[in-house]
Amino acid sequence: MAQTAAGCFHCGEPLESSGKPAREPLLIRIQGADVAVCCPGCRAAVQFIGELGLEDFYRFRSVMSPKPTEASLWSAYDDPALLDACTREGPQGRSVVLMIDGMTCAACSWLVSRSLEHMAGVRRVSVNTATGRAQIEWDGATVKLSELLGVIASLGYQPQIAAAENDAARGLNERRGLLKRLAVAGLGMMQVMMFAVAMYAGDLQGMEADVRTYLRIVSMLVATPVMLYGGWPYFMGAARALAGRTITMDVPVALGLVLAYSASVFNTWRHAGEVYFDSVTMFIFFLTVARYVEMVARHRSTQVSDALGRMLPATAHRLSGGGPGAPFTDVAVSQIVAGDTLLVRTGEVVPADGDLTQGSTEFDESMLTGESLPVARTLGDRVTGGTINVSAPVQMRVTAAGRGTVLASIVALLTRAQSERPRITRAGDRFSSRFLARVLIGAVLVCGFWSIAEPSRAFDATLAVLVVACPCAFSLATLVAVASANAALARRGVLVASPDAIEGLAKVTYVVFDKTGTLTDGMVALARCIPVGAYGVAECLQIAAALEVGSEHPIARAFTDAEPNREGLQAREIQVVPGGGVSGIINGKRFKIGTRAFAGSAPVVPAAPSEETDDAAIFLSSEEGVLATFAVADEPRPESAGMVAALRGQGLEIEISSGDSAVAVRRVAHHCGVRNFSARRSPAQKLERVRALASRGEFVAMVGDGVNDAPVLGGAGVSIAMSRGSALTLASADLILIGDSLTALPGAFSVARRATRVIRQNLLWAAGYNLTAMPLAAMGWVPPWAAAIGMSMSSIVVVLNSLRLIRSGRPRSSPGRAPLPPSFVPVMPPRAAAILQSPAP
Amino acid sequence: MSLVSVLIPVTMLLVGFGLWAFFWAVRSGQFDDLDVPGWEILIDERSDAAPDAEPDESA
Repeated sequence: MAQTAAGCFHCGEPLESSGKPAREPLLIRIQGADVAVCCPGCRAAVQFIGELGLEDFYRFRSVMSPKPTEASLWSAYDDPALLDACTREGPQGRSVVLMIDGMTCAACSWLVSRSLEHMAGVRRVSVNTATGRAQIEWDGATVKLSELLGVIASLGYQPQIAAAENDAARGLNERRGLLKRLAVAGLGMMQVMMFAVAMYAGDLQGMEADVRTYLRIVSMLVATPVMLYGGWPYFMGAARALAGRTITMDVPVALGLVLAYSASVFNTWRHAGEVYFDSVTMFIFFLTVARYVEMVARHRSTQVSDALGRMLPATAHRLSGGGPGAPFTDVAVSQIVAGDTLLVRTGEVVPADGDLTQGSTEFDESMLTGESLPVARTLGDRVTGGTINVSAPVQMRVTAAGRGTVLASIVALLTRAQSERPRITRAGDRFSSRFLARVLIGAVLVCGFWSIAEPSRAFDATLAVLVVACPCAFSLATLVAVASANAALARRGVLVASPDAIEGLAKVTYVVFDKTGTLTDGMVALARCIPVGAYGVAECLQIAAALEVGSEHPIARAFTDAEPNREGLQAREIQVVPGGGVSGIINGKRFKIGTRAFAGSAPVVPAAPSEETDDAAIFLSSEEGVLATFAVADEPRPESAGMVAALRGQGLEIEISSGDSAVAVRRVAHHCGVRNFSARRSPAQKLERVRALASRGEFVAMVGDGVNDAPVLGGAGVSIAMSRGSALTLASADLILIGDSLTALPGAFSVARRATRVIRQNLLWAAGYNLTAMPLAAMGWVPPWAAAIGMSMSSIVVVLNSLRLIRSGRPRSSPGRAPLPPSFVPVMPPRAAAILQSPAP
Repeated sequence: MSLVSVLIPVTMLLVGFGLWAFFWAVRSGQFDDLDVPGWEILIDERSDAAPDAEPDESA
C-alpha cells in the first residue's frame, strides 16, 4: 500500500493514469508483499511470474517491463500451412526462431527462457538479448505454437516469427569465422615475433648457423597457417577485385603477402638471404583487427531494420468470405493480401496499408510521423500499417500488405543505407585505391631499375616498397579514431547511429532545436484556465477532469493530472468523439469539452487575447454556452537553459523551430535564452529553413524528438534525436541522446571536434611516414624487416593517438548504470524521411 | 641449443592447444552473447533447486 504514489510494479507507468473511475489500486501479492499494478494485464504478468517462481526477475532487471497487451489471439498460428511455412520440423521436434520485442535487458531474456522451459513439451530454448531473438524447439504434439506465443505475450513481450533468420545466422557465422582468424593471426604473430627477436639478437651477437636455420623453419611452420587461414579473405578479395578489373586494398596486400611469404620460404630452403615471416604475420593480424572492428559496427546497424519490421502486429482480423455480414477470423499478418477487408479494433496496430471503409477514428501515427497527438481519419482516408487505432473500431480495405507497405519500403531504404560506408572512410578508400595503383607501378619500376643496376638488391628493395607502402595506417587512421570517438560518446550517453555522424558533428555551426519533447519534456500540462461563464476556475477544472476521465487522449491526462481530487463529481453517459472531444452529463447537466468546433460553437468567445486563441486551445461548454478556455503547454526541461548556454559558449548559433503556437515557443525560448525562434512551422517549412541555413553556408545540426521531425532530421547536416522519439525519427537520426536528457549534447560536440583533429593528425602522420619511407625503400636503403617494423609502428602510433579520445571522454556524473549495453545500439542513417513525404495521407 | 629445440616444440603444443580450445569455445557459442551469461549467475535457480517450489506448471 505504501507505494500507491509510485508507478506500476511491473511496467512503471503511473497508477493514476489508468483512466478508470475506480480509484482503489490493483494489488497483487508477490514475495510476501502486496504491490500495486496499473492494469489487469500487468497483474496477470506479475502473478504468472510469481507462479513460476521467477520473482528474481524484478531484482535484476535494469529497465521497467513492457506493458502486456490484451490477450492477442495467437490461434492463427496453429494453421497447419502457416505452421509449416514459419517453423521447421526436425528430429528434435519443431523449431522456430522468434524476434521478441521489448526484451531489452538480461533479466528479460532470462525470464522469457525460464517461463518457456517450464512448459511441458518444450525441449530447448535459447534466447539472445543482443539480437532479440529466441530459438525454441518443442514437441509439436504436446504443445501448440500459439501457446508458446501466448506465454511470451502474457509476460508483456511481443513475439514475432523471424522471417530473416538467414541474416542472423550469416552474421553469427561471419563473427565466429573472423574471431577464429583473429586468434590464429594473433597467436601466430606472437610466436613468430619471439623467434624474430631471437634472430635479430643473433644478427648482432652472432648465432650458430643451425640454430638460425632451426628458428627459420619453426617460424615458417607457424607462419604458414596464419598465411593460409588468416590471409585467406585477402587473397579471395584480391582475386575478386582482379576479376572485376579494379584495384582494391586487397591487391597489393595479397601481392606483398605472397611475395614476402614465398621469398621467405625460398630463403629458408636455401639457407641464405632474409626471411620476412614476422612481417607477414604481423601484417595479417593488423588487417584482421581492422576488419573485425568494421564488422562489429556493421552488425549493430542491421538491428534497426529488425526493429522497424517488428512494428506490425502478428495477427489481424480478416473478413472471411464475401458478404459484409460475414464473421471476422484471425489470420497471421503474413497471410493478408491486397483487397482483404480487415477489422482494426481500438488499441490495435494497423497491420497493413489501406483505406478506411467503415467508421472513423483517430490514429496514433507517432511511429511514422512523430506527431504525438492522434490524427483523425474518416471514411476513404488512407491508413498506414504500423499506426495505432486509438479511439474506435474501424474496417479497412487493404491496398498493400507485406513488402508493398510504406513500412516495408522504409525498411528496404534502411537496409540499403546500412551497406554504405562512412563518407570519410570512403574518401580514404578512394585515395588509397589511387595511391595503390601508383605503388604497384612504382614497385615494378623499382624492381626493373635494380634488376639492371644491381640484381642482388632488386628483391629486397621491391619488397620494402610494397610493405612500406601498405596504406595500413591510412585505413586505420579514420577507422580507429571514429570507433574511439563512438565509445567516448557512448560513455557520455550519446549513441552514434550513423557512420558520418562524427564528421558532421564537428563541422556544425548552427543548431536548430525542436521544442516539444526536445527542449521540453513533451508531457502536456495545463498552463492556463480562463473562465468566461458562470463558473470559477476550480469548478471548471473539476468538470473538465470529470469528463476527461473517459478519454485516453494525451491532453485528457493533463486534466486528470492537474485535478486529481474531484470532490465526487461523476460524469455519466460519457461520449468520446474522435477529433472533437468529450461530452457527458454531470449533475444532470450536459457538458462538452474539446475543440472550438466541438465545444465552443454557439456564442463566440470574447475575452481571450488574440495571441492566445490558437487552435491548441480547449473549450469547455454547457448547454448555455462556453464556460472556459484552457491552454495546454509543456514545461522546459531543467537542463535546457544550461545546455543552450554551453553550446553558445562553443560558438554555435541556436534556433528554435517548432510546430507549436507562438506563445508557447516564445515562453520556452525566453526560458532557454534563445533569441531566434519561429512558431507554427510545418515539417516542410522546417526543412526549408534548414536548407536556407545550409545554403547560407551554415552546417546545421537538427535536434528533435520526432514531432514532425523525421523529414527535417533527414535534411539536416547532422541529426540528433531524443531516445524517446518515434522509431522513424530514431532511424533517420545520426545520433541518439539516451537517457532522454540534453546534458550530454555540448560534450558530444567537443568530442567530435577532438576526433576530427585526431583524424587529421593520423592522416598527416601516415602520409608523412609513407612519403619519407617510400623513397628510402625505393633506393634500397630500407631492409624489409625495417620496413615491416616501420609499417607496424606507423599503425600503432595511429591507434594509440586515437585511443586518447576514449580516455579524454570522461563520463559526466551519470547516476546509476551505464547507458545501454552496446548490443542495444541501433541504427544507421536511413534518410528514410524522403519516403514519408510521398504517401501524403 | 638443445634446450631450445625442446622448449619450442613444447610452446608450439601449448599454442596449438590454446587455439583448439578457442576454436571450440567459438564454435559452441561462447562468444555469441557477451551480456546475458554474466547476469545469469546472479539469479538463483530456486524454482528448480528448492523442493518447496510451486507445484503447478500451468502455462
